[in-house]
Amino acid sequence: MKVRVKFAKEGAMKFIGHLDIMRYFQKAVRRSGIHASFSEGFSPHMIMSFAAPLGVGITSTGEYFDMELNGSMSSAELTDRFNAQMADGMRVLSVRKVPDGKASKAMSLVAAADYTVTFREEKAPSGDWQHQVEAFLSQEQILVWRKTKRSEGEKDIRPWIYKLEASGNGLSMQLSTGSVHNLKPELVAEAFYKYLGQEPQPFAWQVHRGEIYADLGDENGRKLVTLESLGEIIE
Amino acid sequence: MRKLALSDEILMTVEKPARYIGNEINAVMKDAQAVDIRFAMCFPDVYEIGMSYLGIQILYDMFNRRDDVWCERVYSPWIDLDKIMREQNIPLFALESQDAVRDFDFLGITLQYEMCYTNILQVLELSRIPLLAEERTEQHPLVIGGGPCSYNPEPIADFFDLFYIGEGETVYDELFDLYKEYKKAGRTRAEFLRRAASIPGIYVPSMYEVSYNEDGTLAAFTPRYEDVPAQVEKQVVMDLDHVTYPKAPVVPFIKATQDRVVLEIMRGCIRGCRFCQAGMIYRPTRQKDAESMKEYARAMLENTGYEEISLSSLSSSDYEQLPELVNYLIDLCSEKKVNISLPSLRIDAFSLDVMSKVQDVKKSSLTFAPEAGSQRMRDVINKGLTEEVILEGAGKAFEGGWNKVKLYFMLGLPTETEEDIKGIAHLSQKIAERYYEIPKERRVGKCQITASTSFFVPKPFTPFQWASMNTEEQFLEKAKIVKQEVRAQINQKSIKYNYHEADVSVLEGLLARGDRRVAKTILEAYRNGALFDAWSETFRMDAWKKAIESTGTDMNFYVHRERDLGELFPWDFIRIGVTKDFLKREWENAKQGKVTSNCREKCSGCGAAKFGGGVCYEG
Repeated sequence: MKVRVKFAKEGAMKFIGHLDIMRYFQKAVRRSGIHASFSEGFSPHMIMSFAAPLGVGITSTGEYFDMELNGSMSSAELTDRFNAQMADGMRVLSVRKVPDGKASKAMSLVAAADYTVTFREEKAPSGDWQHQVEAFLSQEQILVWRKTKRSEGEKDIRPWIYKLEASGNGLSMQLSTGSVHNLKPELVAEAFYKYLGQEPQPFAWQVHRGEIYADLGDENGRKLVTLESLGEIIE
Repeated sequence: MRKLALSDEILMTVEKPARYIGNEINAVMKDAQAVDIRFAMCFPDVYEIGMSYLGIQILYDMFNRRDDVWCERVYSPWIDLDKIMREQNIPLFALESQDAVRDFDFLGITLQYEMCYTNILQVLELSRIPLLAEERTEQHPLVIGGGPCSYNPEPIADFFDLFYIGEGETVYDELFDLYKEYKKAGRTRAEFLRRAASIPGIYVPSMYEVSYNEDGTLAAFTPRYEDVPAQVEKQVVMDLDHVTYPKAPVVPFIKATQDRVVLEIMRGCIRGCRFCQAGMIYRPTRQKDAESMKEYARAMLENTGYEEISLSSLSSSDYEQLPELVNYLIDLCSEKKVNISLPSLRIDAFSLDVMSKVQDVKKSSLTFAPEAGSQRMRDVINKGLTEEVILEGAGKAFEGGWNKVKLYFMLGLPTETEEDIKGIAHLSQKIAERYYEIPKERRVGKCQITASTSFFVPKPFTPFQWASMNTEEQFLEKAKIVKQEVRAQINQKSIKYNYHEADVSVLEGLLARGDRRVAKTILEAYRNGALFDAWSETFRMDAWKKAIESTGTDMNFYVHRERDLGELFPWDFIRIGVTKDFLKREWENAKQGKVTSNCREKCSGCGAAKFGGGVCYEG
C-alpha cells in the first residue's frame, strides 16, 4: 500500500536539510513500529519519495512524501505513531492512501505551492509597500536575472506567479513549483524590492511554505488541488 | 519552543547549522530550575566526531538518570562559527538548553587524542572561563577531564581543576553527592577540591607539587597536604553486566562519523601489543554477557531507528561469545532490515563466513593490521600475527571472491632496521602473489592492496614509554624507503602505499609524554592560532613551531631521547594496575625480540589481577 504523509517542519528543524530530513523520517518509521516496504539487496532501504525539497531555513506546514507500507493501519493510527516519534518542530498532519504507480508519484505531481515571505523586524521595504503589490503584479512582464544550470539571462517570471498579495508584515503568494517551472519565493520578493526601487538587506525575510498542489486542469485552465486531497483516509 | 543561542542569520551563514541546535531524538530535556547540578559534557572537536563517541553517550545516560543532575552536550564550534562568536562576543552554549556553559556547575571534557588540546582552550575561552585553573573563581564551572589522555594529564594539568582517571561509571555519583553537600553548605571551590582529591580516581593537579632535576627530568611529585593521596587509583568496572549502558542514545540529524548503534561487548584486550596504550590501561579484559547484549541490540535499534549496528571492543575476535552474538545479530538484522558493520576481525573461516553473509564481497575489503613488515619486528612489538596467518587468511578470502586488502603498519618502531622497513613492501607483494596464484578464470580482475603506515608515537603506560621517537626527517626517510621498495615489486601496480603526516606525529609525541611545563607550549601554540590540529585542513605547524621556539621547549628531551630505566615519569603517580616492573620487563623482552603470551594463554603477572576479576580469573 502506498501512503502519502503530510508534515510540518518548523522551529529549529528548519535548519535540517532535505537529505537529513529523509534520513530522519526513515529512522522515525523504524522507531514507530510502522511496517515499511524495503528494497532488496545487501543494504535494503525504505521506498520513500519526497514531493519537493525544501531549502534550509524555510519552514513549512505543507510538506509531503510518499512511502510503501506493508500491513494495514488506519490513517489515525499511522498519524499517531508518527507523531509519537517526532522531534520538537516536526508534526505529521495526515497520512492517506494514494493509488500505486508512477503517474501518482508525489514528486511528479507537484505543480504549485503557497508561500509566505515575512519581513523580519526593521527589514521590510520602506514606504507604503502594501499598496504597491497590486500594481507590481499587474505588470505584463516581470523580468528578473536568472541563472540556472543551463542558462543565464533575463526571464519573465510573471506567468509563474499565480497569486500574490500583501498579508500582515509580508507577502503571500502561490507560485509554479516542480520540475517544469520552479519559481522560488525569494526571487519574487527580490523583484518586488526592485520594483519599489529598493535593495533588500541580507536575511530580510523568513520564508514559509504553506501547501503543495497538483494540477488536475487541462488546456482550458489550472485546477489546483492539494496533494493531500488526492489520497483517501484509511479507516 | 526553545530559543536558540544563535540567530537565524548566524545559523544560515555557517556550515551545517544542525551542529548547534540540539533537539535531536533522545536528547534529554529537563527543567534547569529543578536540578542541583548542571553538567556540560564536552568533546573538544566538531559535532560529527564528538557525537560518534560512545563514552559520552554512556555518561550522558548515566548522569541524566539522576533527578538532581542535568547533563548536556557541548562540542567545538567549527572555525566558521568560532570566528563569528569571537567577533560578536557570543558565549559558548550547551546544545540542550542553549544556555551559556559559563553558568554550569561542571564542564567535563573528554580527552580522546592529544591533538585536541588546543580545542580545550578554545572551548574554555569561548565559554569565558579562565584558561588556567588557578585563575578561576567561585563563579566558574569546575573543569574536569577524563578519557585515555588523562592517563598523562600533566601537559594539560594547568587547564583543569580535576581529572577523573579511569572508567566513568564508578565514582561520579560520589563526586556529585559531595559537590551538592558542599554547595548547600556554602563551602568554597578550594575546599571542595581538597576533599574531592581523596575520592579514589580523582586527581586534583593543584594539590600536588612538582620539582625537577637539573637535567630536566622529574625529581619529585608530592601531595601538598597530608590528606591528599600520593597516588591516584585508576577506576575500573568489574561487573560489566550490571553497569548502566544507554538503551536510547542520542541520534544526530546530520551524519555522524559513527552513524549507527554501537554495542560494547568487551573492555580491555588480552593481546599485550607493546606499543598499545589501550591494551595496558584498560586491563583486565572483561567481557559482557551475550544474552544481555542481544537485549540491548534490539532495544537500541528500536529506540534510535538506526539502520546499522556495529560491535565495539579492542579485539572482537577475542570475545568468546562472538559466534553466538553475531549469529543472533544476523537474524535480528535481517528481520529488521538493518546492516551489520563488522569490526575488524581476525580473518579466519568464521569471520569470512560471517562477512560473506552481511556484506557485498565485491565491494568490501579485508583489513589486516600486521603493524610491522618483518617477523622480527612483529616479535619486538609482540604482535602475535604471523606472515603465515596473514597469507592463509588472505588466500581464503581471495578464494571467496574478495580482491581488496587493507594493511596497516607503523614506521619508527624501536630497534627498526632497513630490512624491517622494506618488509612492508615485501609482505604486500606476497599477498599480491597469493592472489595471482588463483587461476585467472576464477579471479575478479586485479587485486588492490593498500598499505598504510602511521608513525610510531611512544605512549605512557606502555612498554615503549622509555623508547626514543624518530624525528620528522627520519620518518620521511623511512616512508621514502617503503615507497621505493613498493615500486620495485613485481606486482607494484596492485599495491598502493599511503603514509600519515610526520610533523603532527612528532607533536603528538611531545603532548603524549610531556610534563606540566608543556602547558605553556600548548597555550602559546593556541595563541599563535593553532586549532583543530587533528584536521589536516586546519593544522598549522607554523603556530606550533613558533610556540616551541618561543617557550624553549626541548623536543629532544620530550620526544627523541631514550629514557633511563630509573627515571620518574610525570604519569607515574597514576596506578593502572599494570606495574612499572612489568612494563620494564616487557621493554627488555622487546629489545630481545622475545614474545610474551596473551592473557588467555598464560598470565604474565602484569599486576591487573589486583582488580579481582576479568580474564585474570577466567577458567
